[in-house]
Amino acid sequence: MAKLRSAAGLETLRADIVSRRDPGKRCIAVCAGAGCDAACSAAVVDALREEAAKKSIDVKVTGCHGLCEKGPNVVVTPGELCYFGVRPEDAPGIVAGTAKGVRMDEVPFYKHQMRLLIGDNPRIDPTRIEDYLALGGYAALSKALFQMTPDQVLDQVKKANLRGRGGGGFPAGLKWETAKNAPADERYVIVNGHEGEPGAFMDRALFTGNPHKVLEGLIIGAHAIGAHRGFIYTRHDSPKLIEHIETALAQAEAYGLLGENILGSGFDFEVEVHFDVGIFVSGESSALMRSIEGNPPEPRPKYVRTSVSGIWEKPSNLNNVETWANVSQIISRGADWYASIGTEGSKGTKLVSLSGHVVNSGVAEVPMGTPLRTIVHDIGGGVADAKPLKALHFGGPMGGSIPERLIDTPLDFDALAALGAPIGAGGLLVMDDGTDMVDMARYFLEFLTHESCGKCVPCREGLLQMLKILTSMTNGKGRNGDIARLEDLAEVTGMACLCALGKTASDPLRSMLRHFKDEYEARIPAGG
Amino acid sequence: MKRESPPVAEIVLQIDGKAVKATEGMTVLQAASSATISIPTLCHHEKLEPYGACRLCMVEVEARGRKSYVVSCLYPVARDLIVRTRSDKVDKIRRVILEELLAHAPHSPELMRLAQEYGADKDRFEKESSFCILCGLCVRYCAEIKGKNAVGFVDHGARRKIRFVPEIASNECWDCQECFALCPTSFAQAAYFLTEALAFPGRRKAWTP
Ligand SMILES: Cc1cc2nc3c(=O)[nH]c(=O)nc-3n(C[C@H](O)[C@H](O)[C@H](O)COP(=O)(O)O)c2cc1C
Ligand code: SF4
Ligand code: FES
Repeated sequence: MAKLRSAAGLETLRADIVSRRDPGKRCIAVCAGAGCDAACSAAVVDALREEAAKKSIDVKVTGCHGLCEKGPNVVVTPGELCYFGVRPEDAPGIVAGTAKGVRMDEVPFYKHQMRLLIGDNPRIDPTRIEDYLALGGYAALSKALFQMTPDQVLDQVKKANLRGRGGGGFPAGLKWETAKNAPADERYVIVNGHEGEPGAFMDRALFTGNPHKVLEGLIIGAHAIGAHRGFIYTRHDSPKLIEHIETALAQAEAYGLLGENILGSGFDFEVEVHFDVGIFVSGESSALMRSIEGNPPEPRPKYVRTSVSGIWEKPSNLNNVETWANVSQIISRGADWYASIGTEGSKGTKLVSLSGHVVNSGVAEVPMGTPLRTIVHDIGGGVADAKPLKALHFGGPMGGSIPERLIDTPLDFDALAALGAPIGAGGLLVMDDGTDMVDMARYFLEFLTHESCGKCVPCREGLLQMLKILTSMTNGKGRNGDIARLEDLAEVTGMACLCALGKTASDPLRSMLRHFKDEYEARIPAGG
Repeated sequence: MKRESPPVAEIVLQIDGKAVKATEGMTVLQAASSATISIPTLCHHEKLEPYGACRLCMVEVEARGRKSYVVSCLYPVARDLIVRTRSDKVDKIRRVILEELLAHAPHSPELMRLAQEYGADKDRFEKESSFCILCGLCVRYCAEIKGKNAVGFVDHGARRKIRFVPEIASNECWDCQECFALCPTSFAQAAYFLTEALAFPGRRKAWTP
């Protein structure tokens, strides 16, 4: 295929792709996301293909649709009819149109969502850039390159108040501006696709299912910041994710959307893929940058920010997969539109990985400000086995738990942080009334003691000592003074560690000592 | 972070109520020691790049009305910075860190002296007697000064350890042994001899039977 060398060329290509597609033609989209894949969606694809070959019906293998609990999932267009738990023997009925499906907008799990980022997943074969182009892909890049200056792009991202989705909620526009203005001869942009948090799977769902959406955001960001080199840091253990990223890069390059002289604009940008080294701390910004340099992933003190001095001491702008995925719609639909969604301080939508004791586990996307009740009960379908809800935990091993009575709290960076349960990356763990909160804290600390780098004392030793105390408490061997020891360790770990892993490692424990202290006291003889 | 030379602008900051002159690029620890204000350290060594691992040298700093806790061995001096080398919080950090380390090396003279100063209880936490506190002085000295890398870190998290590399150690260590004196717990020496006994008994260079 010939490289596109102008905005008009891109639109001509898009018109050509669209004109070859008959919107009335039936298409069967089979989810091959992690959950459905494990539920043998590949056999369903084979059966559907065999059946569909007899008629003129397309079968598309796509990324995650969202409702992983009920996989393998199939969606038939036009009409967006959903079929759940599909088995190979259901193929004839689905192809013939006799099997009864449910319209997507009538499925409770989907109807309370606003799927701006993940909604295209059922419409896209992630290995075909044409599917992304047919849905308007790379129009935002073209607009940013030809109708806007880099400063105007930056301004839109700032005005949209896009905040980082990787855990910290830091304003993306401010970070971009710092990296853009830091004096240097070279600067870099990076996608953080490490997603090492247990219970978080939304980045993989988005990146595997729609890699061009992330890539388009990255290229727009690179242009705004003035970077000509970018890095995608991602999981070494997800073959499909790697394949889709590499295919996307190759196809974008072949169309002239990446590489030299993008769309004839004169802007050059290349992207390299790097793999994590399998420990959680490698997702931390400075550790990730050391890893890209080829060093062990040990965090550096950030008295100078990585946006000023990162990879090879050059300004390096790191954003999360979901953060980058938000960029193209901000450019195409405008900051005012974007900022109209959400709350005062948290704009846009947020992907949430629902797991734990919930009926519908999976990936949901809701506007910021949505009450947690809607997420858990309407979208999630409530607590599994109709048990009472006890607590909700956000942010995995660096997050926190809140009790059921706070379920009307809105999904909002600041509101949840104030309660000690920051959104983090968006992993939401639902806990029923049988959950042992001492054991939950122990579980998270056990994870982190083996996933830190081990360099600094209050993290390496503090976590280990907290783990020992919690383990003995869960074994019925709590001692007087344990709670005071835990509180001291948690406080010092929070103040004295080098990186955010250590600094926030005691947050789950602290949130539980705040909201569920009685359960801890009950483990100490005579109230301790 | 690199120590920059040559020094440029002169900076005045305040440490424990004293006006202290420093030059740009210096760390708070360097500025403090030039004014004979002492801050405890374990992983710091003048000849080595600052490392920031033991966190014992933490101090309270205030800049533009914002208070925070930073490691003085890495934190750069800045104009009008206010530094407090002792406060309730700083002392608590040091006390708990010492208690954590004493679980590994309860008899280290250096730790015992500091424990006394900060009221640390060597028996507060369950013992985990590895004797090594992973300050990395041996590892960094061997890499930065000797350029040999005969001893390095292995594994991560709570399983992190130092390990002598037999192939290098058998050739290099006997004639050097300089890291032994740097070790606050004598573990480096023990680790070397254990490696020798297990991996290359009787084969060290300079061995005269
Ligand atoms: C221990 C640790 C692990 C992290 N892991 C991830 C991760 O897997 N993905 C991610 O995007 N951010 C992760 N972060 C946050 C990053 O350091 C960084 O803040 C983020 O990638 C910045 O992007 P954002 O501003 O778009 O959120 C982690 C932070 C810490 C301390
Ligand atoms: S806080 Fe933990 S993970 Fe971070 S640098 Fe220290 S030891 Fe490593
Ligand atoms: S001397 Fe500063 S952290 Fe060890």
